[in-house]
Amino acid sequence: MNILETESGRLLNAVRGLLTAKGILSPAEIAERIAITDAGSPAQGARMVARAWINPEYRALMLRDGTIAAEAMGIVMRGMPPLGVLENSSEVHNLVVCTLCSCYPRAVLGYPPFWYKSAAYRARAVRDPRGLLKEWGTVLPERVKLRVVDSTADYRWMVLPLRPAGTEGWSEEKLVSIVREGDMIGVTIPVLPG
Amino acid sequence: MTVLASGQRVRVKNDWPETRGPCHIRTPHYVRGEEGVVMRHLGDFPNPEDLAFARPAALRPLYHVAFAQPSIWHEGSAGDVVQVEIFGHWLEPA
Repeated sequence: MNILETESGRLLNAVRGLLTAKGILSPAEIAERIAITDAGSPAQGARMVARAWINPEYRALMLRDGTIAAEAMGIVMRGMPPLGVLENSSEVHNLVVCTLCSCYPRAVLGYPPFWYKSAAYRARAVRDPRGLLKEWGTVLPERVKLRVVDSTADYRWMVLPLRPAGTEGWSEEKLVSIVREGDMIGVTIPVLPG
Repeated sequence: MTVLASGQRVRVKNDWPETRGPCHIRTPHYVRGEEGVVMRHLGDFPNPEDLAFARPAALRPLYHVAFAQPSIWHEGSAGDVVQVEIFGHWLEPA
């Protein structure tokens, strides 16, 4: 049979069967890994961001070691590349891209959005980041410098956005609700609903 | 191997292994031959150039290196940077 004609499901089953038969992985380990992968979503990263906004100690931990900070929120990081966290400030705004492929912090943000993998985003994020942000409707004060982080090797990067004005006194749960995927990639900044 | 210090100016080797045969390189084309500044040592990781071909891969130091965005593209805003993970064996003193 031509492997190119094999349905992806049948191919997957064949690989799973071989991994088990050769003793490389047990069915339980495969099931666990699928569950871990499925748990990755922007909601995980949003929980970390909201916690960092209200808890200075957690924020410091997150900036020092994103992997430990994610684990502290119950996110499984075993087998994942190290997570680095880039903090936006009144002086610098971070934008994450992977020009070589689609490296992405999947444990905390899930699968990358389709545009993150596009040739256009990958090329323009490094060459014309200000033009790109403008198209996203993201307006930064003139004095804010851009740091484009090209995720080329073993780290995965997420952005810790600035807490927007007008959220004083908000509960952690309410803060979680305003943090979006793009805010943690850096194409957007959190905005208040309405 | 001596670990490069934060703040050290470096130049990415202007090397193009792609022209010599099959390879797997994690150093983007746009920074080859460019000067940047080491921000920090991110740790030591197996050399992806060997890993990709299932060869024994020695640990190599990985650095976060910042490049002035306008000097790479000859356009853009002064003060903006592109920060890239680059393995030590691709860096030489500037």
